Amino acid sequence: MIDVTGLVVAYGSATALDHVTLSIRPGEMVALLGPNGAGKSTLANTLAGLLTPASGTVTVRGRLALIPEGRQLFPDLSVADNLALGGWRSGQRDPAPVYTLLPRLAELAPRRAGVLSGGEQQMVAFGRALMSRPEVLVVDELSLGLAPNVTSGLARHLVELNQERGLTVLLIEQNARLAFELCERAYVLESGRLVAEGDCADLAGDPRVAGAYLGGAIT
Amino acid sequence: MSAFLGYLLNGLAVGCAIALIASGLVAIHRVTGVVNFAQGTFAVVAGLCASSLLGLGLPHGLSEVAAVLVAALAGLLTGLAAIGRPGTTPLSSLIVTLGVGVLAYAVEIVLWGDQPRSAPGLAGSVTVAGARIQTQHLLVIAVTAVTFVLLALFFGRTYLGKALTACASNPYAARVVGLDVRRLGLLAFALGGLLGGLAGVLVTPLRPISFDTDVTLIVNGFAAAVFGGLTRPVVALAGALLLGVAETMAAGYGYGSHQLEVALGLMLVVMIVQAGRRSTIHQEAV
Repeated sequence: MIDVTGLVVAYGSATALDHVTLSIRPGEMVALLGPNGAGKSTLANTLAGLLTPASGTVTVRGRLALIPEGRQLFPDLSVADNLALGGWRSGQRDPAPVYTLLPRLAELAPRRAGVLSGGEQQMVAFGRALMSRPEVLVVDELSLGLAPNVTSGLARHLVELNQERGLTVLLIEQNARLAFELCERAYVLESGRLVAEGDCADLAGDPRVAGAYLGGAIT
Repeated sequence: MSAFLGYLLNGLAVGCAIALIASGLVAIHRVTGVVNFAQGTFAVVAGLCASSLLGLGLPHGLSEVAAVLVAALAGLLTGLAAIGRPGTTPLSSLIVTLGVGVLAYAVEIVLWGDQPRSAPGLAGSVTVAGARIQTQHLLVIAVTAVTFVLLALFFGRTYLGKALTACASNPYAARVVGLDVRRLGLLAFALGGLLGGLAGVLVTPLRPISFDTDVTLIVNGFAAAVFGGLTRPVVALAGALLLGVAETMAAGYGYGSHQLEVALGLMLVVMIVQAGRRSTIHQEAV
């Protein structure tokens, strides 16, 4: 579903991604871990077509939607308008199907997105991405700044979409525990380079990964 | 008293024309972040076009609509020059719009010469509470009122209008959902051209217009737009009406040669007050 080969992305003279190669199969839910500044969001933006690679290839089969880091809503517009604009590519302007999946959004519909709590904003960003009827969803920092119960609620929806509707998911996270809990496979990105990849269970047992992202060996 | 009322009504009409210029500035700035200093040019181009078309014998209505469409095209071309190249910063685009304004002088002088031109508008006048007001002034007020209602409906109710607002609100998010920010920016420039053109065809029958009238128009329009923080059309309208009335009063009571100074002075005061408010907000946030 996603094939990235030898991807190099640079901001001027600074290389953000250095020969990154990864592959995600249809229906998979894969995690991408890494510290701040590793190049995770650069990869997300490149997959979404917002950045142009300096070299390498990016192939995405199917419609991709991105839930960007920090939600990135339209704060002056209502929740309903935010959702409607999410359907710009797909032509779907009626948010009813998203309300079925996330009923809380129907209650928030007339409110300005900028005044919502972090959790509610993340839900709007989630709903807005779904409005484009994606086949691939890239989630950049689902848990960032959210209470654990809010994160787990959104994660539940993500798993449901993946398992019941076959949505392919790339979950970009700093919270490795969450990522390992939700995904079977993961990549680890550091300073623009992939430094580890494999099954989450194996990575969790890797002392280097566990030390860096789990605060010690996972039990 | 009737003189005062007369100045007030005429001032409101002048303010409405300024508001149309300001709304064009706001429309472009809201969507692209660019302050378009060629905004006055659109009004000049439309005014001169209308004058020529009417001179060629084309009927009223058709001439004005054609002139406004030419101004919209001028807006689109200015947009292409200002934001056509991906990655152009708003500051660079601002400089480009200044350049377009200067280039337009040359084109206008070649096409229309350097002498002021006028165009016939609605003839006659009406008396309101003892004050005489030209029918053209009433037309300016009516057209501006309708235009602002249509603008509010466009930005507040239509999908395209909301997409334009989204570009202004969060350009990165707009790109994430698939909006073509550059193309919508060009649409905003065309809309700005249309609004400027509307001001031009309405003002030309009241004040002869020449290639360099854009300076007065942009100073006034910018003063009103700054009043609304370059983002709020309705506040810009209020600013424009205030400016129009202040200028007309100044002219009416014997300070006609200081109209531009009134606009500049008001703009200065508003910018200083707003700068003060911003720093207060910043300090509170910190």
